[in-house]
Parts: sequence; C-alpha cells; structure tokens
Amino acid sequence: MARVAVDVVIKPEILDPQGKAILAALGRSGHAGIAAVRQGKHFDLEVDDSVTDADLEEIAGTLLANPVIETWTVTRLVDAR
Amino acid sequence: MTRIGVITFPGTLDDVDAARAVTYSGAEAVALWHADADLRDVDAVVVPGGFSYGDYLRAGAIAAQAPVMRSVIERARLGMPVLGICNGFQILCEAGLLPGALIRNASLRFICRDQWLRVENTSTAWSSRFEDGAEILVPMKNAEGCFVASDAVLDELEGEGRVVFRYVGEPPAQGNPNGALRDIAGISSPDGRIVGLMPHPEHAIDPLTGPTDDGLGLFYSVLDAIGVSA
Repeated sequence: MARVAVDVVIKPEILDPQGKAILAALGRSGHAGIAAVRQGKHFDLEVDDSVTDADLEEIAGTLLANPVIETWTVTRLVDAR
Repeated sequence: MTRIGVITFPGTLDDVDAARAVTYSGAEAVALWHADADLRDVDAVVVPGGFSYGDYLRAGAIAAQAPVMRSVIERARLGMPVLGICNGFQILCEAGLLPGALIRNASLRFICRDQWLRVENTSTAWSSRFEDGAEILVPMKNAEGCFVASDAVLDELEGEGRVVFRYVGEPPAQGNPNGALRDIAGISSPDGRIVGLMPHPEHAIDPLTGPTDDGLGLFYSVLDAIGVSA
C-alpha cells in the first residue's frame, strides 16, 4: 500500500469567490501581507501497488478534479513506516 | 403516449415538480432511479434539480457517474432529448454532455428569486414553442449557478447559437444574478437535443403555484421534437 495526495485548486483565470472572502477575512483579523488566497481540496488516497501513476492521473483528472475549472497535482507520499 | 423520464438521485428535490410539468404538457412522466440503468423505453429524459449526493465533491460530480447516467449518456449521443435543470444542468456538464461548468455564485449567496430570461434560440428540442427573443419569468434558486467556460468555448457557444437562455433585466433586482459569463443561463448541445439551464421552468407551469406558466413551453417543445408517438 502507498499513500497518495491529490491537491485540486481552481484555475487562476476562474473566479474564486470563496478565496476572495477568505482573503477579506484575513485582512479583518489583522493578518497583513497576504496577497491572494485560492481555495482548493486535498484528497488522501491509500492505494495498492497495482495502481500506476497513469491510473492516478486519470482518477484525478476525471473525477477528483473538473478539468474545465480546476488544476491538480498528484504526489506519492513517502511511507513513514 | 410520449414517455418522458424523470430521474431521482439521493438528494434530488424537484423530481415531483418535473413530473408534474411533464404531465401538464400531456406526456406520461416515468420515474427513473439513479441506481437502475434501465431507461424504461422513455422518449426523453429530464434531469431535475436538487442536491444529488449532497453536492459532495462538486455539484453533480457523483451523480454524473451513476448507472442511470451511463444509459442517458449513451442514448443522448444517439439523439434522445435531455433537459437538465439546475443540479441537472450541473450533472450534464459533469457528465460531459454539455460544455463548461457551474461554480459558486459570485456573491457567495444562495439566490432564490423569480428571474427573467430571454429565449435566444428557438430551434432546440426544448425551446421550439417560444417566439424568437421571448422573455420568460421562472423561479431560480441555487448557490452554484455561475456558468463558466474558456473564451474559446464561449465563442463557440455564441457562434453556433447554443446559448439558449440568457439572464435579462436591470440589476440588482433582475439581470445576471450570479456572475455567469456572458449572462448565460442555459445552453444546448450542437444538435440542440440536450439543453441545460439553472432556472426552474418546471416550477412555472401554473399561475396557481408559480409566477407564470412560461416554463410549460419547454415541455411542449420536446413533444414536437419527439414527434407524434403512439
């Protein structure tokens, strides 16, 4: 088994009103110096050894992310056992 | 009698009103279940609104993978008329039957109001009963109704006349409610058989229960598209 992280973020050219709302809240709570916030999703997968990088890319690009509005990265995590 | 299927997913809300609209138009409403790939010999399908699968992952993303949708995609590619309303529109985009995507409203608010739309294309399977440029008033209620697509896709939709419904009127009471690009409320497939829109024509079929009966036009239109059937 291996652990895989998939991170999904809205494309830069797509409006992210949630990110903008978070940015505004950061300003109100006194955290200066934050220029931009994009909100995304993080998926933590446990996969067995038969799952290839190509499989993971397909999973990320067809279900976990919507390629019309989102970009994604797939990262195999080093097992700490 | 023409048979029009109405799908129910876990979390669907508007299947009952969609079936009622089908019945008002003179067709037979046929209940379809998300887990059953059998389309029960229907001539067309309505994918109604609601919060299928609790909007988990993305609105419509899980429903797009349901067994019933595999059958709908197969039949739609052969020309069966399909109408996606609100969450149904989101599902059709997630299923790849329509281009673009629906994201969170620019205001971050759930918006619920009666909305004026202009019918921009009266040659689709779901809009042929309207007059060119007709303006209709139907309810709208969503949090993720902001239509987005790349400029190339938007230009293609405009160029091919596939923007079927557009938000009209003066803001803030009317006009574009959610930041949808080019004020797009609804679009169609290239052949005009598949239509999706965010507002709810199925809630506007009788002045007793809705603002108008303007929404009935969509359901009458598809009867013409299907043709006279036994």
